[in-house]
Amino acid sequence: MRLGLAVLALLALALPATAVGSLPLPYGIVDAEAPETTPLRELGFQLYAGNCSICHGPDGMGFVNKPEQEISGVTVGRGPSLRGVGEQAPDFYLRTGRMPLGTLGEQPQRGPVLFTDHQIRALVAYVGSLGPGPSIPRPHPERGKLNKGLQLFTEHCAGCHQVVAEGGYLPGAEAPPLDEATPTQIAEAVRIGPYVMPRFSKRAISDGELDSIIAYVQYTKTPNDSGGWSLGHVGPIPEGLVAWLIAAAALVAVCLVLARRLKR
Amino acid sequence: MKRWLIAAVVFLLGRTKRKPRAPEPQRMVAAGAANPRAERWFIGLLLASAFCAAGFIAAYALDGIPHQTQYLGLGLGLSFVCLAAACTVAAKGLVVTEELEEEYSIEHVSEQDTVVQIVEESGSRFTRKKLVTGAAVTAGGALGAALVVPAVSFGPILETGKFYDTPWRRGRRLVDDGGRPWPAQEIEEKDFYTAYPEGADREQLGAAVVVVRLRPQELQLPAGRDGWAPSGILAYSKVCTHAGCAISLYRTPLFPPVEPKPALVCPCHYSTFDPARGAEVIYGPAGRPLPQLPLYVDAEGNLRAGGNFSGPVGPSWWGVRMGKPT
Repeated sequence: MRLGLAVLALLALALPATAVGSLPLPYGIVDAEAPETTPLRELGFQLYAGNCSICHGPDGMGFVNKPEQEISGVTVGRGPSLRGVGEQAPDFYLRTGRMPLGTLGEQPQRGPVLFTDHQIRALVAYVGSLGPGPSIPRPHPERGKLNKGLQLFTEHCAGCHQVVAEGGYLPGAEAPPLDEATPTQIAEAVRIGPYVMPRFSKRAISDGELDSIIAYVQYTKTPNDSGGWSLGHVGPIPEGLVAWLIAAAALVAVCLVLARRLKR
Repeated sequence: MKRWLIAAVVFLLGRTKRKPRAPEPQRMVAAGAANPRAERWFIGLLLASAFCAAGFIAAYALDGIPHQTQYLGLGLGLSFVCLAAACTVAAKGLVVTEELEEEYSIEHVSEQDTVVQIVEESGSRFTRKKLVTGAAVTAGGALGAALVVPAVSFGPILETGKFYDTPWRRGRRLVDDGGRPWPAQEIEEKDFYTAYPEGADREQLGAAVVVVRLRPQELQLPAGRDGWAPSGILAYSKVCTHAGCAISLYRTPLFPPVEPKPALVCPCHYSTFDPARGAEVIYGPAGRPLPQLPLYVDAEGNLRAGGNFSGPVGPSWWGVRMGKPT
């Protein structure tokens, strides 16, 4: 049965329009039936065919201009070409659980990682082999400077991700909190620009500056709340609300005291 | 006008039909003593309230003093505190009150009349009525003025020429924060950059611009802006036209067919501008597009300004739509 699926997956590459229809829906994972000694790229090819080609097309060519359509009861989504994205993008999207996408057309968001580490390495090797592209970055946050990182994060990132990386909103999209992001994932996101995030070139943010930014993001996971009550680090709105609650309680107390004294 | 006429007619009719005073009934209580101490406090507190409100206006007018915001808050806050204290003093010491307990539901007309009579006979505790009225008017006027005066910050109506004055001239190079010129080919799609006029004061409102690159075929710039965006490179003022925050968000889709289209966004109130159509407002409170800076690429491949902005830079003010003064 599993061998049959793998064969079907292989067929999907040759005959996408017909074979795709017989694959399971893109929820869950279509595993590859392959011996342990299978080369990574070959395993990745099989996993790609079963799980990714429905939107990204055969050989990572992408379905860019075609509208979403149903083929034999299966919705084939539009997806970008993966040629030239290198190993960086598949590593980011698979290790943060952003892919496979739950619903076609939605914003890719952090979720449970569906592939094993070995499967991810196989898929990364396969997608990386589709065309020349950036490799997985190796950031060195220990070389970064925290104060420089705060300054750079405020300038480039805080507008959407909030100054202590709690996440936020912008019209039409959600900026995720960065509390689960690893240094490698932050470096990848800065260079990829997932969804509607800008893609920062090395001229805009150098690798050294990126180290500082990552050092700062790591710091925000356990910030030093010298003021005391952090209120979730979400800024002046809840702080103002709490202040108003305290002030309102005090005012009510004053009113009660005044009323009692006047009554006497 | 009509309402005023009706009010005047009602007032006149009411005056002529005033009921003759009923004969004085028998007194119930003796007239109470005046309370000059409470009255002095009342007047003093009202004047203190007026003084604090005037202090607010003074702190507002004296631009550039240290801790101005704190003084503004202190002035307005103390003014309200003094007013509240004056009202408390008046309620406790000056206004005659009489309580009468009764069940709900039955209306004791005669007892209500009794209360009215007692209150009237108790006499007024106010002895210096003119002074009290004067103090109240002063306090109310000063506080009202303090609340209205900050409207001056909405900006001038007539002398607006300075809003069009920016450091940008035709031929001035765009440089990054390190002072290096921006080569056109280093401006990449999906990234956004901040640029400044070479050799000019960067603190000026009109200095900073945000530079993005779109595909030339995506552009739908307003008429008269041909050649302003060489190779699809666009420059807009970095100052939001709503409240003057810096445009520091660039929404740019990785996969345009299914994702929101490119937009420049202000993080303060989410004003969203479409860079492909001359930074037209597509969402949020901003009332007009970001001013565009015309660009051209010089012989060395660096970006240069082709002139001044397409409109006034910075947050809107009274009279922004009156156009550029000649």
